[in-house]
Amino acid sequence: MVVTTYRLRADQREHMELDDQKLRQMAVGCSILGAGGGGDTSVGLLAALQATQDFGPVTVVDLDELDDDALVIPGGGIGAPLVSIEKLDRGDEILRLLPVVERHHGKPVSAIMAAEIGGSNGLLPVVWCARTRLPLADADGMGRAFPEVPQMTMELAGISPNPAVMTDERGNVVLIEAADGQWMERLERALSIEFGGQALSSEYHMTASQARRATVRGTVSLATRIGRAVLEAPDDPVASLIHSVNATAIIEGKITDVDQRVSEGFVKGTARIDGVGTQSGTTLRLDIQNENLVATREGRVLASVPDIITVVDTHTGRAIHTERLRYGQRVTVIAFPCDPVWRTPAGLALAGPRAFGYDLEFVAVEALDA
Amino acid sequence: MPEADARLGIDVGGTNTDAVVMDRDDHLLASAKVATTPDVTRGIGAAIAAVTDQLRGDRARITHAMLGTTHSTNAVLERRDLRRVATIRIGAPATLSVRPLFGWPEDLRRIISAGETIVEGGFEFDGRPIVPLDADAIARFAASVAGLADAVAVVSVFAPVSEEHELRAKEIVASELGDIHISMSHEVGQLGLLERENATVLNAALTGVARHVAQGFTQALADHSMEPVTFFAQNDGTLMALSYAERFPVLTIGSGPANSLRGAAFLTGLSDAIVVDVGGTSSDVGVLVNGFPRESNAGVEIGGISTNFRMPDLVTIAVGGGTVVGGTEGSVALGPQSVGYRVREEALVFGGSTPTLTDASAAAGTVALGDPSRIGAFAPLLEEGLTAAHAMLAEAVDRVKTSREDRPLIAVGGGSHLIPHTVPGVSEVHWPDRHDVANAIGAAIAAVSGQVDRVYTLADSSRGEALEDAQREAASRAVAAGAAPERVEIIELDEIPLAYLAHPAVRIRAKAVGALDLGGSLTG
Repeated sequence: MVVTTYRLRADQREHMELDDQKLRQMAVGCSILGAGGGGDTSVGLLAALQATQDFGPVTVVDLDELDDDALVIPGGGIGAPLVSIEKLDRGDEILRLLPVVERHHGKPVSAIMAAEIGGSNGLLPVVWCARTRLPLADADGMGRAFPEVPQMTMELAGISPNPAVMTDERGNVVLIEAADGQWMERLERALSIEFGGQALSSEYHMTASQARRATVRGTVSLATRIGRAVLEAPDDPVASLIHSVNATAIIEGKITDVDQRVSEGFVKGTARIDGVGTQSGTTLRLDIQNENLVATREGRVLASVPDIITVVDTHTGRAIHTERLRYGQRVTVIAFPCDPVWRTPAGLALAGPRAFGYDLEFVAVEALDA
Repeated sequence: MPEADARLGIDVGGTNTDAVVMDRDDHLLASAKVATTPDVTRGIGAAIAAVTDQLRGDRARITHAMLGTTHSTNAVLERRDLRRVATIRIGAPATLSVRPLFGWPEDLRRIISAGETIVEGGFEFDGRPIVPLDADAIARFAASVAGLADAVAVVSVFAPVSEEHELRAKEIVASELGDIHISMSHEVGQLGLLERENATVLNAALTGVARHVAQGFTQALADHSMEPVTFFAQNDGTLMALSYAERFPVLTIGSGPANSLRGAAFLTGLSDAIVVDVGGTSSDVGVLVNGFPRESNAGVEIGGISTNFRMPDLVTIAVGGGTVVGGTEGSVALGPQSVGYRVREEALVFGGSTPTLTDASAAAGTVALGDPSRIGAFAPLLEEGLTAAHAMLAEAVDRVKTSREDRPLIAVGGGSHLIPHTVPGVSEVHWPDRHDVANAIGAAIAAVSGQVDRVYTLADSSRGEALEDAQREAASRAVAAGAAPERVEIIELDEIPLAYLAHPAVRIRAKAVGALDLGGSLTG
């Protein structure tokens, strides 16, 4: 294993160590940042707890703390969520993936980051960092969850996805040079099926100086802060959550209809939420494709992808994943702004409402309050 | 010579143990209610004595006896009488990232764990082996836990797709350790490795309790000169032979509410309805679909462990006949404290000094109990308390519904007087006669079930073939559990396509139910 060091900048910022408590908070936060998707975090949390218990705590670093030319690699799982709760990871996949990445780039990896902070993929890099003793970069490639590989801020920043390195629990390691991000999605998806419906991969490798402008920064800290806000305010976790991300509560109500089906490999559908209390008489329609994508009230779009729309349990403040929405649940739907890069024309082309087939203009959630 | 035509149903609850005797035509011949004793088996004996005394020496009529009990639940919650379990997970090199029993409460892990291993093997979602099974590793591990383990749990990755490696592992363990209980995950839980593994380990740990209760039940019956064919109630509202219950004790967890639901269906003749069972401390709200409890599709936490074995879908709230009405006028505080079974001493109408929801019902005139003149100045507070209870019950009813359509509601249990005549979203409220022993009646109704939850890859078989296979397997499991083969029917068939897979694959859940074979051939 290659041991690398990273140098602190002069201001010597305080490092964050992910202990058990912070990991539990982070899991709650990742789930909320998942916008209803990204997979269940419970298995990912157990894997992160076991890895840090067995190999030591993981240190989180800001990208500013790394040398300009330090190599930073994103990582995540690709495949079917149902497979990932049955055929769990081996846990040491990074030990076979890392040498291939380092050999290709001709230098050691300095930090690992989450490709996708939302859902279980937000926690996977913690396992990789614990195994390699590498730091976890406080950043990710989405700032939320998205269904496809190239829906990453690195793609927008012109970082090449090549080469992707994919591996499974058996020790197969595959290096992919794809024609573009879309081909990377197709090739990785096909390979993940061959590996048993689930695989681990790393793509969009970059230097720290590239990462500073190509990623959504501070999202590990953000997830931890969100989780702390929810877990440490048992009296009103939803209010605490809303405050922590400056979210807009779109509706507090009850789910009165859920209509979901799987088509072309993706979960699609709608949910209807009827307001209670002061919002009695209003109805919210939620359009879903793996994640919550569009929130509409009486024909008016209140929030839409790429802004983050999350359905939380009104009593606990915990996120409810799209596949777990049921009639009768008491929920609060919150929305908060995505990273600004997603609101640029290029960002919207890649992950705006039209990219998901909705014929509507993106509406920034904060415009609601104006 | 008396006719041999009666069934005895017993339900052990937290507060009361109820017993009924029903004849071949499902007429209620006798019923009794006794207090549940700390030594639960003695309570069962008392219930048998109380109910059979009413038959005036006609005990020999009883050919079948069914028991619903909280023994298993209590054993986990109180960490009592649990067997030491050696766990074999088949899935390496996958799954090593979370080892068996990781994250369990430390005290429970210490009591149950006799060692864990993860050996190579297991399957992919499409039935391909991950890697070949390491049979030698299983044999070595089994030898290493000889004398330490009282039971073994065997869990393979994607066992719901192929149980082959679990069956092979069972053979190997049996040849190493001889006569030892072995629980296999494909018979216990559903997809979701860790939750199924936890359920399987708990099941193995509970087999001692199950055997003990089975023997106690048989003994209590023998003490009253009876030797009927005996069954346990399970948590889907059906029965299993005693020998089957000894192998799957985890399926008795949640059988109490399931019995109430079945009893409510029987008492009203309704097969699709909401059922509210109001006890002394809490109310369970569940749903009948095709005459059986609707199953929960979320995981179940028991004793601090996440599991995914089948459970009735329930909403439980702290509203019961003994719930204390506190606070002051204008800001009433309802529960969650309850005087529970002491309501007959502590409630105002019974001469006590604690305002309870039973007093509130008496004040409102919805139940004739005790002496309502004792309520006096508490009347306004009690009225507020009843309004609050109605609101909580209405919300719980709404939460268990899956659509906006109105449904009938069946109110059962000793506190069912708390259910108002009109409930939002409810077409009609039914208070059947004998609702107070609905749970014991539910136990005495004779139906058995079989269930399948499996992933099929549609490249290998057509959708029709897959659906047929699942139904056939569910039916054969119902027969194995004691159903008369000619009377088995499929009551549930669910098909869930899997997301994020290019090849079509589908998860199919099928459930078969049949009338119990009353021929008495299943003494096993």
